[in-house]
Order: sequence, then structure tokens, then C-alpha cells
Amino acid sequence: MSAAIPVRVRRPLASRVFTSCHRDLAILWLLLALAAVILGTLLSLAIRIHRVWPMLPFPFYGVPTPEQYLAGVTMHGTLMIFFVLTVVPQAAFPNLVLPAQIGASRMAFPRLNAAAFWIGFASFLALIAAFFVPQGAPIGGWTAYPPFSEIAAAGPGQGAGMDLWLVSILLFCAASLAAAFNFLVTILARRAQGMTLGRMPLTVWSWLVSSALTVIAFSALLAAAFMLLADRHFGTGFFLPAGEVVNGIRQRDPAAPGSPMLWLHLFWFFGHPEVYISILPGMGLASSLIANFTRRPVPGYRFMVTATTLIGFLGLGVWGHHIFVSGMNPYAGTAFGLTTIAIAVPSSAEVLTWLAMLFRGRIRLTTPMLFTLGFISFFIAGGLTGPVLAQPALDAYLHNTFFVVAHFHLVMAMAGVFSVFAGIYYWYPLLTGRRMNEVLGNLHFWISLIAAYGTFFPMHFAGLAGEPRHYAQLSGPVESFASLIPVEKGITFSALLLAAAQLIFLFNVFRSARHGIAAGENPWRATTLEWSPNAHPIIESGPYVYGPGVASQDDFRPQWAFAEHRNGSPGECSPPLKQE
Amino acid sequence: MNWLPPNGALHGLAIDHLLRWNLTVLFWLFVAAQALLVAALVRRWVSRGEGHAVQHRSGAAFFFADLLPLAAITALYIWMMFASHKLWAASRESVESPQAVQVEVTGEQFEWYFRYPGADGVFGATRADLINAPQGNPLGLDPADAHAADDIVSAILVLPAGRPVDVTLRSIDVIHGFAIPGMRLKQDAIPGMTGHLQFTPAVPGDYPILCTQVCGLGHARMQARLRVVAPGEYERWLTARESALKAEAAR
Repeated sequence: MSAAIPVRVRRPLASRVFTSCHRDLAILWLLLALAAVILGTLLSLAIRIHRVWPMLPFPFYGVPTPEQYLAGVTMHGTLMIFFVLTVVPQAAFPNLVLPAQIGASRMAFPRLNAAAFWIGFASFLALIAAFFVPQGAPIGGWTAYPPFSEIAAAGPGQGAGMDLWLVSILLFCAASLAAAFNFLVTILARRAQGMTLGRMPLTVWSWLVSSALTVIAFSALLAAAFMLLADRHFGTGFFLPAGEVVNGIRQRDPAAPGSPMLWLHLFWFFGHPEVYISILPGMGLASSLIANFTRRPVPGYRFMVTATTLIGFLGLGVWGHHIFVSGMNPYAGTAFGLTTIAIAVPSSAEVLTWLAMLFRGRIRLTTPMLFTLGFISFFIAGGLTGPVLAQPALDAYLHNTFFVVAHFHLVMAMAGVFSVFAGIYYWYPLLTGRRMNEVLGNLHFWISLIAAYGTFFPMHFAGLAGEPRHYAQLSGPVESFASLIPVEKGITFSALLLAAAQLIFLFNVFRSARHGIAAGENPWRATTLEWSPNAHPIIESGPYVYGPGVASQDDFRPQWAFAEHRNGSPGECSPPLKQE
Repeated sequence: MNWLPPNGALHGLAIDHLLRWNLTVLFWLFVAAQALLVAALVRRWVSRGEGHAVQHRSGAAFFFADLLPLAAITALYIWMMFASHKLWAASRESVESPQAVQVEVTGEQFEWYFRYPGADGVFGATRADLINAPQGNPLGLDPADAHAADDIVSAILVLPAGRPVDVTLRSIDVIHGFAIPGMRLKQDAIPGMTGHLQFTPAVPGDYPILCTQVCGLGHARMQARLRVVAPGEYERWLTARESALKAEAAR
């Protein structure tokens, strides 16, 4: 590539921060996620180190107490699930490319979209503040089951820390709902001329489904968090049964006794769709990138759209598999087992399609493609234990063991972040006009892949041995998992390597912004509209027209057939790059 | 598969068998899928030529690449579900046996208490305002109820081998996870609710009891012991506890 290097349009910092331009907001969301992922990763390393060297003092800190360990686990989960695995695929990426991919010059509600970020930012601040209040952050895990999360006397961190956690969750729900409403209306109402539903890239289909899921699921969490706050401060007793004695102290009975089971149902009615909210955009991106880097269309486009929609729809009906052993009716367990198995079918269909796609054409092994392959690898590795855990009889042994930790870290966390990396390597030229370094990208990929498997695969064995989650120490008064120490140490070393490999990525991100090779206008020779040179295209073809002979001179036909220029209107982004 | 702790329960053999079968099949599916990913990479290095003519997906190709494996995998999932449902139904949907040993398990930060109904075979009433662990009444047994007088409260769970056990599960503060990995057993104790579990311990020995639902700073040390003994030894243990209780009441 010898294209001229475009330069970033210089704008005052304030205009890039206090903005309703979706592309600027994408950067703000990415920076927020970066802060969260750094903190979340450091917490996970502290967790890993404490598990295998329980007596080792941390510098400037000392030996963590059990409650500090649990606070670390709780905050690690909350940061990663909400502020990384939701924020990047469901806020940063759609802000970056969704309007462009449907040929819209701006979001439907730019100010609401901007408000979503600032509410999300406030939510992050509230969460971090929980570290600094007396007794510190909450210790009940990211699922915050009452009555433990309801009664401040039940443990350290369950007072002010828990309140801040709930406020943070409430704000995050508001931010997610605002963002998702905006994406839904944008997709439905602001598509350019010719951008029919059947011509939308699969990423946009994913955002359509995941935004609908967000509206439904986060509403349930919003209600649940509000009810828990009301229970804590107004004595409403939604989740509090009669006859509670905590720490030897008789609690006041609510006027009408409630049940913790109500929280479990509400929380998981949110919690399971949340998995799909964070992974569906990655699935759409995988389809797009495989099409691009094999130079072949997505086979069965409608089949993939159907599978995506089915996953979203079925995803709303599987929450019960998180509470098979929590006092739910055993017949309901069977029913939720069946719906869970049912959702494995469209998921398997997408995997089979990706695998089939890899055997047509020649794969161009760019860094985004490598990370897409990694995404598929982890999606399979974590996905295949799903049908095991879907069986109530087997879940009754594996529930809340490290087997489950292995399952969701592979299928949600690793598959999730690998698709985030694929997206960042792929869309980086949109923001900088340059490509990220491929050698560093390859290095980052291979070390991360091996270290991620080294970290999460052995957790299956710890889980089979019966080791529960949330244990600050491997050995208790009766049961000792000391024989797992070698495995646990291996996991910790792998986790350290995995975290270290991310320094390569950070270095690459910052270095390539100045020294990366010029990307040119459409560096991946892609068909989708985010690479269109103009913001007002007219669309005459589908999203994945690839292959020799599809265009007169090239092996792809972009979706933009014709582009005319028009002056910008409020809420539109000014072009980030200009050619010199 | 030797990772699993030794199984001591009657239903555990079938669970272990099913789990082993599941993991074996899924492990080879995992290997096959990852091999396909590697094959796609290798193929790229081997064939340097540009792609062939455009391949529009024909109906037959779609059938063989997608629908046929999908149908096979779906059949596998359904088979798994049926195989495991039999075990789930046997353990959770059955009616309790009249010969079952009755025992009540109560979780409390960070202890498990085990209560036997005593000679009258009836659990006495408990009251939340009487709960006072330091004064020896961790469950709040009501002295006004005659059934409560002979209730045995123990910190260790002793059960006879070969007899079905009916566990009543309670918690007085927060949600605890009652788990005996060696008995392939797990059920949450939910405050305000009474849970039930049935199983038959088969192999005498000691088995750790864990808490598997995070319940506070002492979660990791909320552990107790299940001792499965021969029926005669169980009766002797129970009699000893009963006479100790009477001696204490007489004092």
C-alpha cells in the first residue's frame, strides 16, 4: 500500500469529549472499557496469586483477608461482564460502525446516545467508589443473591459497598437501555435508501437482536436492583423471608414475607440473555470477517439471520438452568434443560457454517482473521460444555464448581474478548488511517491463545474434582483441594502470561497510531459501508458479494454503488480523517 | 476422569457413567472441531493458488456441510437430555420412602447443623427468636414443644449405609449451598423455604460436606463431615446421643 497517509483532523479535546458524535462516543466507551479491563485483569491476577500462595503479602497491601478476596472476585466479575463484555460489543462497536454500516449519517437519538455514555461513566465511578467506603466493596459475587445482599450485617462490604454496587447497576441499566433504544430505532428507521433488512450486514442483525434483548433483559435487572434497594432502605421485603437471624441477631420481619427466589428468577432472566448480548455481535463479526478474509460470500445468509434471531428468542427462555439446584420445581428443571438444549442447535448451526466457510477460498491470515479463528475455537471449547451443564442431573454435581467457571470464561469471556480484538484490529484504520502492526498482532494472538487455553482449560479438572467457586483458600477444615495445587499454579502462571501478552496489544495500539503503515481507503477490500468514502451512499447490493468475477475488475462489489455529498447536520460526525 | 472424588452414593454410579459418557463424546467433538480449524490453516499454507471460480452454495452442498452434521448434533443433544432426565426424575421427582432416615440440615454462617427427630420420629418446632448458638440452641428449638425435647442436633452427619435418606434443607440467614461431592449431591438451602433431597449412601466412609453458594467471609471454611457407617454402628451412635441428651436434661 502506498496510499497517502491521512491525518487525524485536529479538534479541541472538549469537542471530542462533550460530543454527540457517535464515533467520538465509541472512543469514550473504548477508553472506559480499557480502564475497566485493566482493573478487572489486575483483580483476577490478585485472585489467582492468592489462591496458590495464600500467605503471600501483596506489596503496599499485605495478605488479603477472605472478605477482600471475595470483594476482588465480585468486582472482577462486575467490571468484566458489564464494563468490558457489554460495553465493547454492545456500546463501543455499534457507536463506531453501526450508523455507517446501514448508510446512516447519524444515530436516531444522538443526545440520548451521548447521555447513555455519561450515565455509564457515572455507573463506573459508583462501582469504583465501592472500594473506598468503610468495609470496602461487596463480597457476594456479581449475582448478589439476597438475603446476603440485602442485610448489611451479613458480611463486610454488604453495607455501603453493596449500596454503591446497586446504584452502579441501576445506572448501568439506564445507560444500556438508552443506548439500546437508540440502536434499535437507528437500525429500523435510519437505514439508507436501498438498505433493506435483507441487505444488512450480520453485525447489524446481531445488534438488532442484542439491542432487543438488552431492552428486555436490562429492564428485569433494573426492576430487581430497584426492588433490592427498596428492600434495604424502605423495608419492602420483596426478597426477605420471615424469621431471618443473621449473626445471631433477629432481623425484623417484613410486613409480608418475600422470597430470595424472586431475585434469582429476575436476576437470571437478565443474566442469561446478557451472555447473548455480549456474544451475538461477535458472532455477526465472525461471519463478516470470514467472508472478507476468504473472499467468499456468507452461505445461507438467511439461515444465519434466522439462527441469530432464534438464539436471541430462545435466550429469553433458558434462565432457569442457573438455578436447577436452588429450590426450583424439578419439573421446571427438566423444562429449562430442554430449552437450553434447544438453544445449542442454532448456536451449533452458526459454528458449522463458519467451519464450512473456512474451506472455501483461501484464508488471508491477517490479525483480525486470526482472532476470529480464536473466537470460533473458544466458542466451540466453551460451548460444548453447555449441553453438559444443561442436564439438571449433571449440573447437580457441577453447579458452582470450577467446571462452570471454565465454561463461561471460555464461551463468554475468551470468545468475547477475542472477537473484541478482531474488531479492534479490523476497524483500527477507520480511526487512525493506519493498520496495526501485523507481526505484533500475530505475537499477541498466539501467546494469548495458548495462555488462555492454559488458564481456563485446566479449570474443568478442578471442577470435576468438586472444587467450588468463591473459595478464598483451597483447603478448609474438612475438605482439602491441596492436591490441585500443581494444576492451580499452572493456571496462575498461564493467567500471568495471558495478562502480559496484552501489553503487546497496548503497545501496538499506541505505536501504530503514529507508525502503522498507511491503510488507504478500504484496506481490507471490504463490502460493508463503514469503509465507504462518503457518508451518503445508495445501496444496490447485499453485504457479502465476494468472489472472483463478481465485479468487473475485482473480487468484491462494495455495497455503496453511488455516493453523493451533502452538508452535515446536527448529530453527524465530521470526518475523522482528511487526505493530505 | 479420575479427577472425580470417589463415589459413595447409590445413584452416583449412574451419574458418573453419564458424565463420563458425555465428556468423552464432547471431548472428541471438541478435538474434531479444532482439527478442522487447524486443517483450514494448513490448507491455506499448502495451496498457494488463488481460489477457484465463484461457488454459489448449492442445495446439496448446504445439506452436507450444515444440515446433516447439525441433525446429528441435535440428535446427540436430545439423546443426552433423555439419558439424564431419567436420573433427574429418579432423584428429584420421586416420592420419599417410608423407611427413609429423616434428617434436617440447617445452614447458618458458617456452620452446618444436622438434626435427627429422636425417638418420637417427629422434628420439634423451632422459633427464630429462640435461636442462640452461644447458649447451645443454634436452631431455636422450642422447649414448649414436647417433640423438640428428644431432637438430636449434631455438627457431624452420621448415616447408615444402604438406607434411603430424606434430607430436609433449611437456612436461617442467607443462601447456602449444601453439597456432598462424594455423594454427587447438591442443593441450595434457601431461607424461608424448606428443601428436600433424597439419596442412599452406599459405601461406608467419610465424605466432606461443603457450602457451594458464597455466603460470607467464612464461606470457604463452612464445611462439615458426613460419616457413613454400618447400620448397627449408626444405631449405637444414635443411642449414645440420645442418652447424652437425657443426661443433660436431667442435670
